[in-house]
Amino acid sequence: MSDIEQFRAETRAWLEDNCPASMRTPSVAEEMVWGGRRATFTNPDSKVWLERMGAKGWTAPMWPAQYGGGGLSMAENAVLESELRRIKARPALASFGLWMLGPVLLEFASESQKLEHLPKIVRGEIRWCQGYSEPGAGSDLAGLQTKAVRDGDVYVINGQKVWTSYADQCDWIFCLVRTDTTVKHNGISFILFDMQSPGVSVKPIKLISGESPFCETFFDDVRVPARDQVGELNQGWTIAKRLLQHERTNIGDFGTAQSPQTPMHEQAKKYIGEDALGRLDDAAMRREIAKYQVRQKAYGLTYARVGQELKAGLGDGAASSILKAVGAELNKHRSELMIDMMGTQGIGWEGDGFNDWEIMQTRGWLRSKANSIEGGTTEINKNVVAKNVLGLPTK
Amino acid sequence: MALILNEEQTLLKDSAKDLMTAAAPVTRFRALRDAKDELGYSKDLWAQMVDMGWAGICIPEEFGGLDFGFHGLGLVLEETGRTLAATPLVASILVSASAITLGGNDAQKKVLLPKLAEGSLLMALALDESSHFSPHKIATQAQASGTGFKISGNKVFVLDGHVAETLIVATRTSGKTGDRAGITLFLVDRAAAGVTVTRTKMVDSRNAARISFADVQVEASAMLGELGQGADILDPVLDRAALGLAAEMLGASLEVFERTLAYLKERTQFETKIGSFQALQHRAVDMYCNLELAKSILMEALSAVDEGRTADLPVLASSAKAQLCETLHQISSEGVQMHGGIGMTDEHEIGFFLKRARVAEKTFGDAGYHYDRLANLNGF
Repeated sequence: MSDIEQFRAETRAWLEDNCPASMRTPSVAEEMVWGGRRATFTNPDSKVWLERMGAKGWTAPMWPAQYGGGGLSMAENAVLESELRRIKARPALASFGLWMLGPVLLEFASESQKLEHLPKIVRGEIRWCQGYSEPGAGSDLAGLQTKAVRDGDVYVINGQKVWTSYADQCDWIFCLVRTDTTVKHNGISFILFDMQSPGVSVKPIKLISGESPFCETFFDDVRVPARDQVGELNQGWTIAKRLLQHERTNIGDFGTAQSPQTPMHEQAKKYIGEDALGRLDDAAMRREIAKYQVRQKAYGLTYARVGQELKAGLGDGAASSILKAVGAELNKHRSELMIDMMGTQGIGWEGDGFNDWEIMQTRGWLRSKANSIEGGTTEINKNVVAKNVLGLPTK
Repeated sequence: MALILNEEQTLLKDSAKDLMTAAAPVTRFRALRDAKDELGYSKDLWAQMVDMGWAGICIPEEFGGLDFGFHGLGLVLEETGRTLAATPLVASILVSASAITLGGNDAQKKVLLPKLAEGSLLMALALDESSHFSPHKIATQAQASGTGFKISGNKVFVLDGHVAETLIVATRTSGKTGDRAGITLFLVDRAAAGVTVTRTKMVDSRNAARISFADVQVEASAMLGELGQGADILDPVLDRAALGLAAEMLGASLEVFERTLAYLKERTQFETKIGSFQALQHRAVDMYCNLELAKSILMEALSAVDEGRTADLPVLASSAKAQLCETLHQISSEGVQMHGGIGMTDEHEIGFFLKRARVAEKTFGDAGYHYDRLANLNGF
């Protein structure tokens, strides 16, 4: 038996023994595990599953073992992923620490910072939020004004962030702060601090979907240790951009998410009905769904192709630059089609007359509008592709 | 699921690009058009392509082919799409050689495939009977007569119909127009009594013809496949045909996109390059996104043929053709618009691509046809 086959056998056996049965059923939003000091587990199995996976380092399979990761090679990781898919295992942990912060800490942080923060991310002990956007710095992110002034071995931070996802539930923040007011991009630093620090306050923002996943976050003379600055002083923009690449890949992922149990056309038939030949009884909707499905399939294949190209060392991965924008567009298209096919059942807000699933579609449709705004708007993304990939001139 | 080319495929694509660039630039195609050439294709170019082995690229070795694989044919077609080379590759090889390979008996393969592979025989598929692609809508009758059959009916939009020596004719031997069952394919000599061929001039200046059959007598041995079972050959052949066209359309899309992008970088108005305008930049990125999606779905579908994933093929072929119809439609239109006034002139080549685009979209089913088919295949 080759090493990799051996690894597959061991992995399969371990998963058989350690993945609780209820963690092999389709994920439901309420049972999603985000970790952190204040984590609650609606399903106790999800706590067991996180602890076991965290201890193995398999929530971050390819991070080095000395930082708590799984230390797996690319080939081993592919085996682990396929074995997880085989048993339809739920992700043990959803986390900005895993998706965004961890990768940049591995690249830019000092050894002591890595040892301090990465293992807690792997085990889901600390939940992170992202301090990027400000009221005056959205698409023009580098225009941020939150100030950090050095005072001995601490920074004193004053200012305001906005659209801070789950700030009200997070433990620590990775934050962009202005450390030089005389220059723009080269006056920004990247700093980590505890949200429990005195002077931090958080106010959830109610969105069009009725939910409040985002917050306003205020800093009023917050004193944080200077040792938690990542990278050099005033060199935070480089780290900030790299982190955005990880974030965009992650948002683009929404586009590959299949509607969970029932294919879209079967949902459509439930609401619209079929003609004598078994065709969806709305020719225009039928064509729209087919068109969506083609783009969806092509998008999934583009994802796979980019992966194969990178693995083979071919091309420059240029196609990956479009994944976020196209993924966002697809998810929005899917959401529009869903509520459209549901007719007036797709536009209910709450109360009698609508079931939970219907309300979820409606709220999800409103939520999806953010896909082309968050992590850089589609317009900004297109500016970047036009310049960097297509080589079009700037004025 | 190979979504990248292997070394041999890359070499093939490079040599196809080299030959097309050197021997078949768009200027040659313009010359054919302007000369109202009787053949509608260049014999010299075809001979060079045959020398490269491309006519036999997916014909089995035992019948004189290279057996290189269908993906290879797709790569050559892609390069012909870039220079708008008009060649017998689509009608004779992509469609007819596929039909003989998939549906022919040993005797038919032995006689026809080697001739196709050496480029000495041109063939065409006489299928469509109306202005809209609908492959089972066959009214052309074949009735038992003596030891064979007598064919009567009218065909339209037969690619290479006026230069092909042997026609594959889709007829109805039972059932009613639109039925999948009851279709029978016959090999018919274009010179046979009762066959009348009229060349039609399409907007893309490529070869197409109307062909009428008036009591054309054929022997029973001219039947391709089984009586009444023609759709079993036709359907997989048309999947390959749609895919091959999609590959040609990818080449055309890439060419128009690259030419347009170059123009945006070179054309100056208001003392600046027009490519610096955000309105144009974003539309260029939209085209780029569609191209990347198109490349992926086409690549997957082409590999599915060679990997023998026959069950996946109908969905993949229709998905690829639909995506390429959308992509080329968008890019060929934007190509003219972004070139401005010069794009409207016959002197500029960009308009040639627009004309070819619309014909290629209609060939073997447009986007609407394939969306409808996909909905049927997926049970809605």
